Amino acid sequence: MEQAYATVHQIQQIAKATYQMDLLLPSTLVKQIKPGQFVHVRVSSGTEHMLRRPISVADVQPAHNLLTIIFKVFGEGTAQLAAYKPTDQLDLLIPSGNGYPIEQLELSHALLVGGGIGVPPLHYLAKQLVAKGVNVTAVLGFQTADDIFYQQAFEQLGTTYIVTNDGSYGAKGFVTDVLNQEDITCDYYFSCGPTPMLKAIQHQLADKPGYISLEERMGCGIGACYACVIPNKDQSSHFKICQDGPVFSASEVVL
Amino acid sequence: MSLAVQLPGLSLKNPIMPASGCFSFGKEYSQFYDLSKLGAIMIKAATEHKRLGNATPRVAETKSGMLNAIGLQNPGVDAIINQEIPFLTQFDLPIIANVAGSTIEEYENVTTALAGSDDIAAIELNISCPNVKEGGVQFGTQPALAAEVTRRVKAVSNVPVYVKLSPNVTDIVEIAQAVEQAGADGLSMINTLTGMKIDLKRQQPLLANQVGGLSGPAIKPIAIRMIYQVYQAVSIPIIGMGGVTSVDDVIEFLLAGASAVAVGTANFQNPFICSELIDQLADRLAHYGFDSVEQAIGKGH
Repeated sequence: MEQAYATVHQIQQIAKATYQMDLLLPSTLVKQIKPGQFVHVRVSSGTEHMLRRPISVADVQPAHNLLTIIFKVFGEGTAQLAAYKPTDQLDLLIPSGNGYPIEQLELSHALLVGGGIGVPPLHYLAKQLVAKGVNVTAVLGFQTADDIFYQQAFEQLGTTYIVTNDGSYGAKGFVTDVLNQEDITCDYYFSCGPTPMLKAIQHQLADKPGYISLEERMGCGIGACYACVIPNKDQSSHFKICQDGPVFSASEVVL
Repeated sequence: MSLAVQLPGLSLKNPIMPASGCFSFGKEYSQFYDLSKLGAIMIKAATEHKRLGNATPRVAETKSGMLNAIGLQNPGVDAIINQEIPFLTQFDLPIIANVAGSTIEEYENVTTALAGSDDIAAIELNISCPNVKEGGVQFGTQPALAAEVTRRVKAVSNVPVYVKLSPNVTDIVEIAQAVEQAGADGLSMINTLTGMKIDLKRQQPLLANQVGGLSGPAIKPIAIRMIYQVYQAVSIPIIGMGGVTSVDDVIEFLLAGASAVAVGTANFQNPFICSELIDQLADRLAHYGFDSVEQAIGKGH
């Protein structure tokens, strides 16, 4: 991991309160990023915001020195981030955490289950899986039609189901409803989203091997402050989400 | 320009050190710079046995600061001695071990275990952790109890003991004088101030522990005031901390009466902060007319 300054190339709103930011970085750095890893972003200079924000990586294009992050405005820090303009410099710790271990897996069909702002890392993951010759099925849940992003990008990579909590687009309900209704076969599943969703997935897909990416309020983001932890399977100790995760085997953590 | 400072048990090449709890046991930050550059390291608190700490969320950002309620998660003093300290011994770096506990006996036992290691230069006696249900801060808010735990830990320690004071008291001078009389070799101050943040969406306290310790630049004026007052009332040295983010902050702590300065929260914002402050200190001291760090200590009085 290192500290690096990225140049904002482009920033655009892609859904309700949801922004895509394309960052220019040396390609040597961009190449290192694995699906599921994150960048730890300093939202402003000065001392008003003392904590960085962990933001997941939605795409990388090493040939163009580009790294794409997607974030949702939840509070003052992310609002400040949304105000960045092209050519602004952004201070990052990169790459952070461990990604989905797809290089070590033998698989032919992957199920990707994403919820809301948990969808972005699955996009980069889907691209890498397809490049490996893996069939990808994506089940993506959003609150409303206004929250949906990257539908077409996923459709280009595999069969994609969209579900909204209020039924304003696609089927009404949760990603777990889609998994109940559709007969989706897979060797492994990969999921990222709010903890209640991950818990439901962990339960529903208990007979499948899978990997989940966890979200938590972080301090240092490098494993030194013990702010973001999750109990291991027998609850005898804690993993650090920023350093040991954010991706874990679904069977090794208790949500 | 001399940056060196001599304190009981500590021969510091410069007065800058990471504060306990913000730097773990150094390994993570060693990927950013050579830890031998630091004046010293204050490692994460040790308890007698492994502690898992509090539920999450454990941190929340606040204006120019943050709240934390980690709850002393640590692998226990023996695991720290056997698995964490050896990594640090490769560096030219005095190690200050932070000792925590729920009872006086636990403080004694942790100190006794540390006395079995040759690699500890000093102890920081943590009688001021606000985030655990038992012990911790209660020892730091009553002068008689603070003196008692200091006396008992001093009796079993083979290195100098710096007592870390809580700012969550009516009269910090009274506590400082009590632990000085009980044999403390030095003080470290201040620990975090208790605070709370309420999540407007959930309409509940944001931290799982409800209450947390406030740190960062928001608390710096309180730290400066308390160090200034305590410096006038005791004759043992003070390691100052509380919201340091710049080299001018470091000098302000020296002027208030601190002999060395620890950096906590700022490490999260900028992992290079301690290294950068060390690089900048000599020029900035010269700018204010000082020839050495020692010249600046207490000069604000």
